[in-house]
Amino acid sequence: MSEKSKSISAKKQSTNDERLKKVSNLKVLLNRPELGALGGSILVFIFFGIVAGDTGMFSAYGALNFLDVSANLGIIAIAAAMLMIGGEFDLSIGSMIGFAGICIAIPAIYWGWPLWMSILFAFAMAVLVGYFNGILVVRTGLPSFIVTLAMLFILRGATLAITRLITGRTQVPGLRVLIEDDPIAWLFATDTFKWLFTWLGSMKLIELRTDGTPLATGIPPSVIWFVALTIFATWILMKTRYGNWIFASGGDKVGATNVGVPVGRVKISLFIGTACAATLFACIQVLDAGSADTMRGTLKELEAIAAAVVGGCLLTGGYGSAIGAAFGALIFGTVSMGIFYTDVDTDWFKVFLGAMMLIAVVFNNYIRRKVTESK
Amino acid sequence: MSENLIEFNGISKFFGKVIALKDVTMKVKKGEIMCLLGDNGAGKSTLIKTLSGVHKPDEGEIIVEGQKIIFDSPKDALDIGIATVYQDLALVPLMSVTRNFFMGREPQKGIPFFKTFDIKKANEIAADRMGQIGIDVRDPSQAVGTMSGGERQCLAISRAIYFGAKVLILDEPTSALGVHQASVVLKYIVKAASQGLAVILITHNVHHAYPVGNSFTVLNRGKSLGTYSKKDLSREKLLSMMAGGEELDKLEVELKEMDRISKN
Repeated sequence: MSEKSKSISAKKQSTNDERLKKVSNLKVLLNRPELGALGGSILVFIFFGIVAGDTGMFSAYGALNFLDVSANLGIIAIAAAMLMIGGEFDLSIGSMIGFAGICIAIPAIYWGWPLWMSILFAFAMAVLVGYFNGILVVRTGLPSFIVTLAMLFILRGATLAITRLITGRTQVPGLRVLIEDDPIAWLFATDTFKWLFTWLGSMKLIELRTDGTPLATGIPPSVIWFVALTIFATWILMKTRYGNWIFASGGDKVGATNVGVPVGRVKISLFIGTACAATLFACIQVLDAGSADTMRGTLKELEAIAAAVVGGCLLTGGYGSAIGAAFGALIFGTVSMGIFYTDVDTDWFKVFLGAMMLIAVVFNNYIRRKVTESK
Repeated sequence: MSENLIEFNGISKFFGKVIALKDVTMKVKKGEIMCLLGDNGAGKSTLIKTLSGVHKPDEGEIIVEGQKIIFDSPKDALDIGIATVYQDLALVPLMSVTRNFFMGREPQKGIPFFKTFDIKKANEIAADRMGQIGIDVRDPSQAVGTMSGGERQCLAISRAIYFGAKVLILDEPTSALGVHQASVVLKYIVKAASQGLAVILITHNVHHAYPVGNSFTVLNRGKSLGTYSKKDLSREKLLSMMAGGEELDKLEVELKEMDRISKN
């Protein structure tokens, strides 16, 4: 074969290569991390629409119920997802929820602090705990799994010991009366869009109580926070420099450091993020229940990680999305509430949760191989 | 003062009792490609790390544009324009071309506290820069993981040049590549040098080094065997200067011997 014909065949090959590079819009969509969770949510809604469509699950009251549960989980799932994209885990989220609840309740009830001050105190403690988690992981280079597992026990134990020491009990009730005149408590304890629900009630569009007030009184604060956080986290991840640093830190720590990304600072800030999300969760729940419980938030860290994984986060970091985690939380919230409206025994919920996660991990793994596949 | 963009005079580096580098001297001019050759364990990696500010030399000095310079960190080296492209390339396969190109140095727009990563501008620059090398990135938001090894190497080099590299240190840029891919990368390196960069190309592959290099420094067991310009050095001589040269001769003799025995 002559030199010339060789070069021609090489050229042909290279144009073929370029054609391979063309990516259809469908494939772009398939490559988005949140696709699985979005599809899953739709399936779940179709399923309950068929099985429980006429049971009141999708009435305003029923919908707000499962949205509230989803939103609470979503708040911590989004923070957990961002941390996972940054390449780390936080297993102390659940314990932090209990700890934060106590940090709000004990100063407010036993030390006579105004409620707003105890809430700020709880957030300050969250920053400290998050910073401590982060600095330990960054400085020692130990897996965050181990460091935060230790923190899981330390925080839960400290919460129990301190509470019993100060109060002699494991629960601190009596917060509800303090909410009324507090300058910031309404942020975590007020239903919004009440006028809308009153109006819908007056038009007889939603269910009413016997006294004529609507059964669903407004959008719970968790839902507002959840939506706001989803938007905020997505903006950070997709639109800011810091977001790029999160992906880079989780994708390749060494490489990111070599090109000047402050990996340590990024990771520490993300740990502070999960601790603060746990505290927000605690605020909403404690003010809603009017009491703090030392066992509050138990196992929530695993649910948050599960929701993030179902939402498309890779366990190895560097890939995932906040919207995905939000849908992941929506799936769990919908199923955990929806199961009451069906004939299925609620004992089966955890089976579903585990199966869902397995499917998600297998699916995500496949996607990752697709994305990183070299020609 | 000096036409050398960068000079290394009598660089030595010790790790405890181990002499990793001893009295290594090299000079690189603007627009020149200097190939640093050596077998495994010759001290190439230690030398690169010393040049790029990871290690401090125990003896000797680094002179950039006539001025003596001491690096305290890789960032110092980067700031005066010495960029190193390591073998791992510092690319994240799961991230897009653009996000990798600007990783750590993202262009921003908007008001303070609400600054956003200017992805549109970044996409344009990344696609343009890759286009200049002849890599048609149709979609700069595609993941780097979908690119070939040669394209990734070019992306890493192109990124270093875009962010103001004057001296480009390339660590084994062709070692993991096939023949075609390697030639694409080498072509790009020549082009970069012709634009006025000083390039230090580290490799153990004489066949890749010889066609593109202007001068050659051979390292053997931590010492420099000297720097030669291309006209004073044949490819064969260069081959035999590398640690493997002698051994390959020996191997040849042994093989001939075996051949002779088997024929008898």
